[in-house]
Amino acid sequence: MQIPFFPEAASSTAADVDHLYYYLTAVTVVMTGLIFATVFIFAIKYRRRSDDEIPAPIHGSLKLELTWSILPFLVMLSFFWWGAQIYFANAAAPANAMDLYAVGKQWMWKIQYPEGQREINELHVPVGRPVKVTLASEDVIHSFFVPAFRVKQDVVPGRYNTMWFTATKPGRYHLFCAEYCGTEHSGMVGWVNVLSEPDYENWLAGGGSEGTMVQQGERLFGQLGCSTCHLLDQQGRCPIMRGVYGSRVQLSDGKTVMADDAYIRESILNPNAKIVAGFHQDVMPSFQGQVSEEGLLQLIVYIKSLAITNAPGAAQPGAAAPAGKRAQPIGGKQ
Amino acid sequence: MSTTLQDPRTIETPNYLNAEYGWKSWLFTKDHKRIAVLYLISITIMFALGGVFAGLIRLELLTPEGDMVNSDTYNKFFTMHGVVMVFFFLIPSIPATLGNFFVPMMIGAKDLAFPRINLLSWYIYIAGALFALGAIVMGGVDTGWTFYTPFSSTYSNTFVITAATGVFIAGFSSILTGLNFIVTVHKMRAPGMTWGRLPLFVWANYATSLIQVLGTPVVAITLALVALERGFHIGIFDPAIGGDPILFQHMFWFYSHPAVYIMILPGMGVISELVTCFSRKGIFGYPFVAGSSIGIAIIGFLVWGHHMFVTGMSMYASLYFSLLSFLVAVPSAIKVFNWTATMFRGSISFDTPMLYAFGFIGLFTIGGLTGLFLSTLGVDVHVTDTYFVVAHFHYVMVGGMVLAYMGGLHFWWPKITGRMYPEGWAKFSALLVFAGFNLTFFPQFISGYLGQPRRYHAYAPEFQVYNVLSTAGATVLGLGYVIPFIYFMWSMRYGPLAGNNPWKAKGLEWETTSPPPTFNFEKTPIVTEEAYAYASEKETHVG
Repeated sequence: MQIPFFPEAASSTAADVDHLYYYLTAVTVVMTGLIFATVFIFAIKYRRRSDDEIPAPIHGSLKLELTWSILPFLVMLSFFWWGAQIYFANAAAPANAMDLYAVGKQWMWKIQYPEGQREINELHVPVGRPVKVTLASEDVIHSFFVPAFRVKQDVVPGRYNTMWFTATKPGRYHLFCAEYCGTEHSGMVGWVNVLSEPDYENWLAGGGSEGTMVQQGERLFGQLGCSTCHLLDQQGRCPIMRGVYGSRVQLSDGKTVMADDAYIRESILNPNAKIVAGFHQDVMPSFQGQVSEEGLLQLIVYIKSLAITNAPGAAQPGAAAPAGKRAQPIGGKQ
Repeated sequence: MSTTLQDPRTIETPNYLNAEYGWKSWLFTKDHKRIAVLYLISITIMFALGGVFAGLIRLELLTPEGDMVNSDTYNKFFTMHGVVMVFFFLIPSIPATLGNFFVPMMIGAKDLAFPRINLLSWYIYIAGALFALGAIVMGGVDTGWTFYTPFSSTYSNTFVITAATGVFIAGFSSILTGLNFIVTVHKMRAPGMTWGRLPLFVWANYATSLIQVLGTPVVAITLALVALERGFHIGIFDPAIGGDPILFQHMFWFYSHPAVYIMILPGMGVISELVTCFSRKGIFGYPFVAGSSIGIAIIGFLVWGHHMFVTGMSMYASLYFSLLSFLVAVPSAIKVFNWTATMFRGSISFDTPMLYAFGFIGLFTIGGLTGLFLSTLGVDVHVTDTYFVVAHFHYVMVGGMVLAYMGGLHFWWPKITGRMYPEGWAKFSALLVFAGFNLTFFPQFISGYLGQPRRYHAYAPEFQVYNVLSTAGATVLGLGYVIPFIYFMWSMRYGPLAGNNPWKAKGLEWETTSPPPTFNFEKTPIVTEEAYAYASEKETHVG
């Protein structure tokens, strides 16, 4: 049996994290060794030789106190600085990242691709391309953890968190839920399959019978009756969705808000939360409980696509990475 | 090892144990020493119970498959282990037993400022413990000791409200003990016992009390809100009814991170007593060791967000919490350095309490340094919620706190009971604890960095080897706890008489008889020298 000692490093950030980890480990070993050795030497050298010996008192030394307060703190500042750099570099996905959507649910991972494929507890990603995962939860808090990539992000109900990675080595890697989520928490595991570019194209060509996510979103937009107001309305009861995504929206209370995933989601579930300037409260019903998390993501992807195809001027540069921009222009036609 | 352990002589000096007899004399006592003994018995029972759950966890994890119990049962095991150990053992442990017994004695007082409130706090603790035990007997809780929402408030089908009520109630016991200590240290010090002469154990308990009084109400409020949401569907934490689950984490960790210092600070106080006594030397850098306790208590309130770096919290908030987490490490480092320096040119003996102090210094150093990994943003993302975290906090809580507690118990046992424990067995079990502990928890650093998530009933087979090591270590560790339990029991009847001051230690508690009389001192002591004045001419013995 092989005993692993160190996890596989299969993402662009893994080596950075490992180097910092080596540094921390080295400092820990040196400091622990120093303390152990000092205690050991003192204990032997100054062991009690007779029961009535009384050593001379030593009260302390300001110089030493300052030294062993300030020096360790300076070393710690280097941990802080290096760690913060990695954290910040991993915070925002690069603009050219491909999108992927993961919904956590007791106790499985449901994955959607803009091309329309859906998977449970399996992901397929190409090697060498940044992948941005938008995370949603249907119930409790989960956490999306791929040890080989050294990335982890909590999946929090009621909001979207995102994470990204660039896989560097084809292979099959663990996906774990890292936030305790109930009975089958330890069964909420899956695999990330990192494929070479041609293998990935082959895989992509293999599935997705329901059309692309944009098409799925468009269908849902019609079924829920959204389109009657938000696309075709002639009476001005509600804002038309063309060109909205990625723009700054003027609200009736004078504030503005960026029309991003979170804003679209909130507007569907709680329409009165933010009213666009010139429109009224209580016109739109809440869709809380009527759309699944996956459906919400489809609607968002569709609304995002409306911004690109119909009103290019309104779209924030780089804010939207629509399905159409992907390597497979024919998307979900398979 | 001493050859004549058995000493059948009875202790005839009037003392708190033979002052009165009968169960009423215990259950209605207002003597801080008797209340300390009541606490000692109660928390020992809870420690044993928490230990049984730990053993069951380790047994299940011997194999990667979840084959011993089902997932729900396993989830209840680790939840009950955490709830019992954190809220009913670690938090009360040193303050309520050794603190209760010795804080008044060390400052030359007859009792705590509010003896009745002290007794009340024990009853409140028992009431809380009964709720927690009730929750276990009825079928258990499966939320984890952290009660994260919305799982705890909406999704769990177990006895969350009962268990949370237990924790809620026990919190008041903690608040009352803290309040009592604060007032006692301010108002009851003997003549001459200035703040600059306070033993460091008293400083540590004083700092702990500040956290207890200021922090505990927040966790009580938080758990009350969980119960409100669970019972009445008032949307506070569950987004489906308008709440915010991350709000819970902020509120919970606002208390529960400082609570870590409630658990470790009194242990640090014990170590200061042990290192000085068994080096026969004053502490190196008294103002720094005393001040660092207060520093930890204050900065400890400002770092809670380091539990939340992957929740999606603002990255600038993460930056702030990361930086301050490094800052809080400084006072802990100061203590370790000063203890080590205290040994320099000392007269060091290897009595059992000192062995525990050595163990503490080593293991707490590892626990503290691995905490820095978790304060480092880029690394925390990978290791948070893995076994790395489990290993880290057990190094602090068990390697640190429990070792200090054991060391303190051995140190003061002769004063508490008037009798010595068998030194050979005690040394042997101290070594077992040290070895067993390391074997249990060191492998978890490795499996954690490999990516084994915590709270997993079944795990990937490649992690097995580390889990087998852990389980083997836990067996040794368990034995290391059982042996002291047996010889402590034995020594109460058969241990050799200890005399007033078997360690030739400084400190007012050693100037009175063992066990101490009901009012501690025949007449109020007058303090004329600093703490740990081993080199002074003054004879510490009375009589």
